[in-house]
Amino acid sequence: MPTARPHAGPVVAAVSAGGALGALARHAIATAWPHRPDAFPWATWTVNVSGCLLIGVLMALVTHRWPDRRLIRPFLGVGLLGGYTTFSTSVVDVQQAVAHGAPLIALGYLGATVGGALLAVWLGAAVTESALGARR
Amino acid sequence: MTVLLVALGAAVGAPLRYLTDLAVRRRLRSAFPWGTLAVNVAGSLMLGLLVGLPAPSAVATLVGTGFCGALTTYSTFGYETLRLARAGLRRHAVANVLGSVLAGLAAAYLGILLAQAVT
Repeated sequence: MPTARPHAGPVVAAVSAGGALGALARHAIATAWPHRPDAFPWATWTVNVSGCLLIGVLMALVTHRWPDRRLIRPFLGVGLLGGYTTFSTSVVDVQQAVAHGAPLIALGYLGATVGGALLAVWLGAAVTESALGARR
Repeated sequence: MTVLLVALGAAVGAPLRYLTDLAVRRRLRSAFPWGTLAVNVAGSLMLGLLVGLPAPSAVATLVGTGFCGALTTYSTFGYETLRLARAGLRRHAVANVLGSVLAGLAAAYLGILLAQAVT
């Protein structure tokens, strides 16, 4: 009885390599753009919203242009953009702002992240589909 | 050194997210993205623990920035929400947003409280 799916190894390796590269990019932005715990975390916000814009673009391309390329989505989507964006830091940023006496910053950041991320993923997908002349 | 720790943590965290999502999809066969929700909540709990201790700098970099950062994802969360909305599953989409944010915040707070309880 085969337990491993065929070609699972290269897919997992692509996710791992992409994830490491994405996390390094996130770390570079966070290091270059530090914030105090009671201030708006612009680095994390920028990472998450730009990552959502890019996944919208990528998934439109994967769906309409590259349906047969097996490693593109694992490497760039699941790996690179998954490792680049972060959910855990975004919620801990909120907790930290509240704990440091800035509940309005926390609330504004939470709303701006959720709203910005959803708008960005929709925009990335819609603009790319439109450019490709694709119907979704 | 810091860069190596980030890369190492993420090289484990990202495939663990992928494999968790696969396993959850096989078992539940649901339109709701339970796999992503699960890794996002688990990673938020773990990062809360690290912040609450607080963990030494090298551990925070390896496990917090690298592992938890790559285990959790905003891009897949956003994309899955868009897919649900486009598929006409608007209640699922709203539940995914509210559920992820509330459960993620609750998990982070729980992690910090747990860390403070043991230190």
